[in-house]
Amino acid sequence: LDIRLPIGALFAIVGVILTGSGLLAAPESYSLHNVNLVWGVVMLAVGVVFLLLARRGV
Amino acid sequence: MTTVHLGAIDYLILGLYFAFVLGIGVALRRYTKSSSDFLLASRSLPAWVAGLAFLSANLGAQEVIGMAASGAKYGIATTHFYWIGAVPAMVFVGVFMMPFYYGSRARSVPEYLKLRFDEKTRGFNAFSFAAMTVVSSGISMYAMGLLLGVLLGWSFTASVLVSAVIVLLYIFLGGLTSAIYNEVLQFFLIVAGFIPLVYLGMQDVGGWAGLTTRLAAAATQHGYAAGAYTESWRHLGAPANNPMGVEWIGMTMGLGFVLSFGYWTTDFLVVQRAMAADSMGAARRTPLIAAFPKMLFPALVILPGMIALALTTKAGATGFSLPVKPDGSLNYDLTIPMMLGHYFPPGMLGLGLTALIASFMSGMAGNVTAFNTVWTYDIYQAYIRRGASDAHYLWMGRMATIVGILLSVATAYATTQFNNIMDMLQLVFAFVNAPLFATFLLGMFWKRTTGHGAFTGLVAGTAAAALHHGLTLPAGSAVGIKGGWLGTVMHTYPSEMAQNFRTATWAWVACFVVTILVSLVTRPRPDEELKGLVYSLTEKPVEAHLPWYKRVGTLAIVVLAATLVLNIIFF
Repeated sequence: LDIRLPIGALFAIVGVILTGSGLLAAPESYSLHNVNLVWGVVMLAVGVVFLLLARRGV
Repeated sequence: MTTVHLGAIDYLILGLYFAFVLGIGVALRRYTKSSSDFLLASRSLPAWVAGLAFLSANLGAQEVIGMAASGAKYGIATTHFYWIGAVPAMVFVGVFMMPFYYGSRARSVPEYLKLRFDEKTRGFNAFSFAAMTVVSSGISMYAMGLLLGVLLGWSFTASVLVSAVIVLLYIFLGGLTSAIYNEVLQFFLIVAGFIPLVYLGMQDVGGWAGLTTRLAAAATQHGYAAGAYTESWRHLGAPANNPMGVEWIGMTMGLGFVLSFGYWTTDFLVVQRAMAADSMGAARRTPLIAAFPKMLFPALVILPGMIALALTTKAGATGFSLPVKPDGSLNYDLTIPMMLGHYFPPGMLGLGLTALIASFMSGMAGNVTAFNTVWTYDIYQAYIRRGASDAHYLWMGRMATIVGILLSVATAYATTQFNNIMDMLQLVFAFVNAPLFATFLLGMFWKRTTGHGAFTGLVAGTAAAALHHGLTLPAGSAVGIKGGWLGTVMHTYPSEMAQNFRTATWAWVACFVVTILVSLVTRPRPDEELKGLVYSLTEKPVEAHLPWYKRVGTLAIVVLAATLVLNIIFF
């Protein structure tokens, strides 16, 4: 069990949920900014990086 | 304050987190076949995992909620709890102490005391530590139940039981490895939940310039110099010059040396993470790796408090301000929950709340895994049932996990009824902990130190702490739990923190002196028995073959230099 796998998976799933919410329910996703969309994309990217690292087995 | 209402998306994110932490426990269950797997993670973890767990196990409720509250109350001086109150001690334990903890093959800190000194010194530490961990875990649970009740309207019982059952399940299934893996996951979640909060808060306050301008106004309002909330060292000349009410000698000696080294170098809760590393080199790098995020954590947990104080002093565009208690004072403890509710929309609110609950759970799991190891190896195996099979100790480790959680829950409920008793228990534990570092320092670096010296020193240090506390009082406090309970108040300190720092210093000095004196008149153990336990009789680890970034000395210099730079920038 590589710990980067669950971290990557959780971040990617939460990222997709936040991004989807930012795109589909924009008015409710604004903070001040459409925080859900911006941070959802960031979390998705971080999750993918973790998953790639786990896959490469570095 | 207004209760925050969670949407379906928030519950979805929280539910996902619960599913993942339980999934990690289930996935690791198949690897947990011996007591060593369950209680020691079979000493198999890479340095980066152990390092992040070393940090995360300390990220409990008191850390996240408490440091934000201190940031709002004292400003940037709160960073002393990191930059002199943690990082130097983390470097010291990595460079100088891990070779003895790890190299001696001790399974716990109390067991090291048994190997180095004798049974009575181990017993003193094991029993006090086991009691302290369940009380600490219970008080953390109580704080969480209270907070979620205020923030979300959840019932105290539901909050406590849900978190307790989840922590119980993932530790019961996967043991220390599961706790450590989840601590790493929790670390990343805490960072992910708090970065956007700080960003939005800084936007609201008008960036660093807006923050310092508002905090200068707050400082002058309270009768301090303009930089009292934004300069960490400049106002420590006298207690009256800074919101903490301490001066630099108390800060450096009491916090920077005695309390900080006493916690980071001898508390099994954090040392256990380094002892689970897969090699001596990894064990030594563990606290050094943890020191990098540790020195930056004030930006995530103290800065929100400073932002909250700044916006309460002079409102920003969004109208955020801290809530007021019935007595008219600001409720600093609600800094983080109030900011989450104010700045985050549904979705992000779920992430922020998950980060908050993750911090509670990582602290609770840290306490429970330390408790089950000390109970099984240092109390049950040492005093109740020696020589049983390993399968029996694995079973006992699992039972200790259940009992530890049950005792924590009971403590949480007891705290709702007997808050003063819990305050008193914590005070007693503080007396016991304060002198510990003197015992370890002498034990590891002076081979003449004897078991009788160590035990007598610990008792003397604890007595000195109690005596000092009983004869002094912080200004404005009533005689009782805050001090003066011996009938005569011989000295009044400007603040409770100043009194605590000085109490710890007296305890340390008493322990140090008495340990030396008693050791000089008692018979030391022969050198043969102390190999691997004392600096002068232990082979020094060789690192010449390692790349520079894996060398402990190099990492230590980089960590200390970076910490020095931070202290200079925010001097």
